[in-house]
Amino acid sequence: MRTDLEVLAFVGVLAVATMLTRFLPFWIPARFTQNRLVNVAKRSLPAVILLLLTIYSLKDTKFTNLPWGLPEMVSLAVVLALHVWKKNALLSIAAGTGLYMVWSNGLLSGLF
Amino acid sequence: MPLHLFRTSLPVAFGYIPLGMAFGVLLQAQGYAWWWASVMSVLIYAGSAQFLAVGLLAAGAGLVDAFLATFLLNLRHVFYGLTVLERYRLLRGWRQGYATFALTDETFSLLAGIGAHPSDDRRFVLGLSALNQSWWVLGSTLGALLGQSWHLPTKGLEFSLTALFAVLFVEQVKRRPEPWPLLVALGAAAVCLAFLPGKAFLLAAISISVVGQMLLPDKESA
Repeated sequence: MRTDLEVLAFVGVLAVATMLTRFLPFWIPARFTQNRLVNVAKRSLPAVILLLLTIYSLKDTKFTNLPWGLPEMVSLAVVLALHVWKKNALLSIAAGTGLYMVWSNGLLSGLF
Repeated sequence: MPLHLFRTSLPVAFGYIPLGMAFGVLLQAQGYAWWWASVMSVLIYAGSAQFLAVGLLAAGAGLVDAFLATFLLNLRHVFYGLTVLERYRLLRGWRQGYATFALTDETFSLLAGIGAHPSDDRRFVLGLSALNQSWWVLGSTLGALLGQSWHLPTKGLEFSLTALFAVLFVEQVKRRPEPWPLLVALGAAAVCLAFLPGKAFLLAAISISVVGQMLLPDKESA
């Protein structure tokens, strides 16, 4: 067990390490961030990162045994379909999350 | 503005409060006072890094190792900063400092996914950053205070963050981005899932995608 002062130093080091990753782009000289290649990449970065975050947040899904990732995949399909149809972000998120919670807490077990 | 901010931030609240609680429970189970969870969520404010920190503390890791592990885990933030650079430069002084400090996966996703607020984007960026962090601090403090004694039916609530990312992705797709970068990203994701399933996934997959995009021919200048 560390003393309070040691834990504080530890927390400080983690805070600085995290802050560095967030402040670095603001310190990079503009001539490096405004060249053509970076702009090409930046244009599609939001869509790319959102796609990768979606995949990453599902990385612990078990596809090889019961329930074969069905709760995740069906709930995600509900979110996507509802959002394309109704265009209401809160509704899509609430419906998909609600379905996922009900399913992963075993409340649908009587149906399957 | 306050109601609009709250509605925008609500899906993040559904994700951050249960995840923050899980972090708080883990930390206090290691024997740390409850307020350490709050201190870490105020000063570090990085979900995966704080879970990693519990492991590093338990393993008795040294400060240099902890620094490097956290820095590498969070290095993906560089790409977020690059994307919002011009937008954040409009904020002044401490406001720009705070918004940059608080640029998490979820706050970046919201800002990138829904674009600039039409009337007062500076207030929107700052308010959303602060509101999102307050959910995280609230959740981790609650988790550490309640410890293992909480039995709230929150299992599965974190799916709201997956749903949020997916919804914001749909918003981006509606703007008809070029398909190639997304296909490159899918390929990168497949490779990284196969070979780097752990914490390195995001940094590796984003880096490969960016490099892959730079190698693609630029249609607009052609």
